[in-house]
Amino acid sequence: MSGLLNTIYTAFVRRNAVFLTTIFVGAFATEMVFDSGSNLIWDSINRGRQWKDIKHKYMSNGGGGDDEGDDDDDE
Amino acid sequence: MLARSSLRSSRAFAAAKSPAVRTATRNASSQSSQSAAASWKNTALLSSTTLLAAGSVSWYYYQFGRPTQAMTLAEEGLHPPKFPWEHTKLTRTFDHQALRRGFHVYREVCAACHSISRIPYRKFVGSLMTVDEAKAMAEEQEYDTDPNDEGEIEKRPGKLSDYMLPPYQNDEAARAANNGALPPDLSLIVKARHGGCDYVFALLTGYPEEPPAGAVVQSGLNFNPYFPGTGIGMPKQLFDGLVDYEDGTPATASQMAKDVVEFLNWTAEPEADERKKMGWKVMAITTVLFGLSVWVKRYKWATIKTRKLSYTPPHAPAKQPGSSFRRFQQHGYEQKP
Ligand code: HEC
Repeated sequence: MSGLLNTIYTAFVRRNAVFLTTIFVGAFATEMVFDSGSNLIWDSINRGRQWKDIKHKYMSNGGGGDDEGDDDDDE
Repeated sequence: MLARSSLRSSRAFAAAKSPAVRTATRNASSQSSQSAAASWKNTALLSSTTLLAAGSVSWYYYQFGRPTQAMTLAEEGLHPPKFPWEHTKLTRTFDHQALRRGFHVYREVCAACHSISRIPYRKFVGSLMTVDEAKAMAEEQEYDTDPNDEGEIEKRPGKLSDYMLPPYQNDEAARAANNGALPPDLSLIVKARHGGCDYVFALLTGYPEEPPAGAVVQSGLNFNPYFPGTGIGMPKQLFDGLVDYEDGTPATASQMAKDVVEFLNWTAEPEADERKKMGWKVMAITTVLFGLSVWVKRYKWATIKTRKLSYTPPHAPAKQPGSSFRRFQQHGYEQKP
């Protein structure tokens, strides 16, 4: 256990630049994982109810231009 | 005013108290010969103050405590039942297919009298319409341009950023066309009425075949038990098969009412889907942060919580000048971690 801690310490904490980089990258990674994970759960609870689930019925044959719609959905 | 009256009441209270205090002190020093008379006075005083207190409380309750009924039950309107809405649950979004149907009903039926002028065409995009559909719908309407070089205002087709046009030029025109009753703007109606979705649904589907015996309905009004006062300017709107749904859903009156109510809930709270999702995320993250903060607190307090104090008495009570307190102080406590 202490060996592992030691490895982590020397790898990420010892040099300040590395430590800071770890924090920043970690924050972004956590946010991305958390967001896409919770969106996945939300979308599965609400399968078939949201616009993105039904818009394929109304998009007129390719290039219908639903760009704004896409932006709204994926936030 | 409040300060002055409270001052006065506290003075009155002091005045009421002082005889009691006086009798009490007299009693304490009085002889047994006087005590009979004093106790009679005591009883009278106590009974009268109790009576006064009870009387003023009941008078106050009589004046201000009783439930007041400014209106009769008919004027209040029938309370709508609770309907099992799916979209109002905390984990559910709007059913956007239903929103599309509800907007269809609004456009075919309600839009003849009611505006939803807080909704711009762009709101429909990505929620219940594609960009092309919304643009086409906007272009059907005419809007004023800004004044040109000669100061003239021309007409132009609508754009996505324009707001929905009302059916009447102004409120007076709307009243004139509806027997003097103003059809309210429906953008926020679900938020604006007690009972929200339940009320609007009950109102739309609650018109009886004919008013019950004994009900007075003024001419030009229609009977609806859910409308406060029961006489509503709006006649029954939804009849089975009134519209043709593009997705083939049977257009019963209650289906249309349900769809249009869900649509009106969306116009009142278009952000609801996003807000619910964000709420769950916030709850999840704050749960983690709360757990962390509990752990940090326990960690920081660990040394203090596990500290023990012990007292080692002085070994030899050697004769020393001075008080025992001084001796005690010299040896003092010993602290052991
Ligand atoms: C013929 C015109 C007309 C049509 C069509 C119409 N309404 Fe109305 N509506 C009125 C009038 C007039 C009032 C005002 C009634 C009053 O104040 O007595 C009203 C009032 C209302 C109210 C407010 C009731 C309240 O508590 O104040 C709601 C909600 C409503 N309408 C919903 C709808 C819906 C939903 C539709 C479409 C299915 C619709 N209306 C179609 C004329 C209309």
